[in-house]
Amino acid sequence: MTQESPSSETRRPDWAALVIAAAIAILAAVIVYSTATAKGGSATRIGPSAFPYAIAGCLFLLSIWTVFEAMRGDFPEREKQEIQPVIWIVGGLAAQMLLLHITGFAIATGLLFAATARAFGKGPLWMTIPIGIVLSFIVWVIFAKGLQLTLPAGPLERLI
Amino acid sequence: MDSFTLLAHGFAVAMQPLNLLYALIGVTLGTAVGVLPGIGPALTVALLLPVTYKLDPAGSLIMFAGIYYGGMYGGSTTSILLNTPGESSSIVTALEGNKMARAGRGGPALATAAIGSFVAGLIATMALALIAPTIVKFALSFGPAEYFALMVLAFMTVSAAFGDSTLRGLTALFLGLALGLIGIDLQTGQARLAFGIPDLLDGVEVTTLAVALFAVGESLSVAAAHRYGEEKIEAIKGSVWMNREDWSRSWKPWLRGTFIGFPIGAMPAGGAEIGTFLSYSVEKQLSKKPEEFGKGAIEGVAGPEAANNASAAGTLVPLLTLGLPTSATAAIMLAGFQQFGLQPGPLLFANNPQIVWGLIASLLVANFMLLVLNLPLVGLWVRLLSIPRHWLYAGILVFATLGTIGANPSTFELGMLLAFGVLGYILRRFGYPIAPVVVGLILGPMAEQQLRRALAISQGDPTVLVHSPIAVILLILAVCAVVVPLIMRARGKGKVLSSLAASED
Repeated sequence: MTQESPSSETRRPDWAALVIAAAIAILAAVIVYSTATAKGGSATRIGPSAFPYAIAGCLFLLSIWTVFEAMRGDFPEREKQEIQPVIWIVGGLAAQMLLLHITGFAIATGLLFAATARAFGKGPLWMTIPIGIVLSFIVWVIFAKGLQLTLPAGPLERLI
Repeated sequence: MDSFTLLAHGFAVAMQPLNLLYALIGVTLGTAVGVLPGIGPALTVALLLPVTYKLDPAGSLIMFAGIYYGGMYGGSTTSILLNTPGESSSIVTALEGNKMARAGRGGPALATAAIGSFVAGLIATMALALIAPTIVKFALSFGPAEYFALMVLAFMTVSAAFGDSTLRGLTALFLGLALGLIGIDLQTGQARLAFGIPDLLDGVEVTTLAVALFAVGESLSVAAAHRYGEEKIEAIKGSVWMNREDWSRSWKPWLRGTFIGFPIGAMPAGGAEIGTFLSYSVEKQLSKKPEEFGKGAIEGVAGPEAANNASAAGTLVPLLTLGLPTSATAAIMLAGFQQFGLQPGPLLFANNPQIVWGLIASLLVANFMLLVLNLPLVGLWVRLLSIPRHWLYAGILVFATLGTIGANPSTFELGMLLAFGVLGYILRRFGYPIAPVVVGLILGPMAEQQLRRALAISQGDPTVLVHSPIAVILLILAVCAVVVPLIMRARGKGKVLSSLAASED
């Protein structure tokens, strides 16, 4: 967070920052809508809806402020990013989330392990997936058997 | 009873073999995560929360505190040998420390950092023990209005006062506050922002949010930026012992660093980074050999390292006495207390003195352990730095999800982890600070409670918030924390503030 922004007057509006401003405004609107439609009374003046309205109000103001900074190009310069590693990691997490209760902890987490290693440029998958599954299985034994954490079991875990 | 009697009782707790073991595990883990770039004490404590759920509260808290202190020690090793700060509070150490290592004086640099951390940890923990009862006595007179004002002040200093943008700091804070709204309202039982999803009724777990923002967000951001090329680790050349000149140039910076770091940590003023920057510039000005600064001046390692440990101890002052977290790590430690049904604050000192004083005493014990762990065993920690990045981050994500699954093995919780992880990546990408989100999530509902309690007592009269002079002073300070930096940035002094940016931990 040490990048400096060359705040030249001629910079074009920062479209990504404008999208953020819109997202903040939408968040504020969702809070207002959800609070306004909530059932259940609040006889007192400062009931359960006061704080949400206040926060939504502030978020609206911050959204407007963000628009100003985006137009002036006040956001820090961003490094060039590669999208592929992000997809690998997000895919790994999604795979683990969806498979956790089907294949058990070790296989699901092993896939996450291999996908993350792949995101950092380590392959091939036929090697990293087995490594990940074995490691996750060891982790499962330590934490589920040793520390009695509830970690979902699958076919592999039921072997012992 | 005075502090020393209480502290003696605390030592009786801390010296129990099991608690010594917890402290040892804590400092070892803490040093390891401090050394490893990419994971900090906040994340480690968050990961361990679900694991310690079934353990004894005193032991777990002692372990968390050990992690916190250990992280501060370990960060310096990475800074000195790798020139990549292991923690945000070790950025300054890298300036002089890495130069010393390149000049073949890595040993004395590590030694002055470790001994300086020890001296600072010792003095600052004693100061914590001495000052805490006084603040507790003072805080007992606080009503809801004062607490609310105090929390507003903490919000503003954590989010807006430091860092490179008031806007982005405040946005991060309000994001955290908005997330804190989710769930059942504690006073009326009404569900808010749950959208009919039963999983959301309990609210967003602090640990899930912290793990997602720190571990998943950080992994995504490092992977996307391709910042995992070969890094050069400086070998430790020469003896780790300091010579006479090193000692005579180090002891004053240690003491000055301590006295700069402790109050900054103790005031609700954000992370440990600020003290280290101040200490560095003080040493630069006072040094008899200012020409050495930038080329490996030992004062530039000794002072900031002492300051960063002292402010870690300082941060515990508002956390323990007022229940007010001023850094991400402190916020997660607060969640740790709450997990065991303990609420830090003046009442904790009255109701659970054995836990509070046992914790303070074990900090002193942990400090001794860290000196031993870090000086003779430094070579062992250095080896951690040679773990390839792909295995390191794959392992981090396995443990990050393990913690979440262990706390609540539901697909929905993992979905939240993924969503907040992507959020963490976006926040980093656009230069938003992370700590205010976490602090907002945990402190927001508490601030709302205090506000509504204050207004309930006054029967809805809002002027109750400014009835006491203490509350007025705190609120004025909160306004200053936002306005002064804005003016400074407008006048082109923003660079000073962004160099004081409180980033991750």
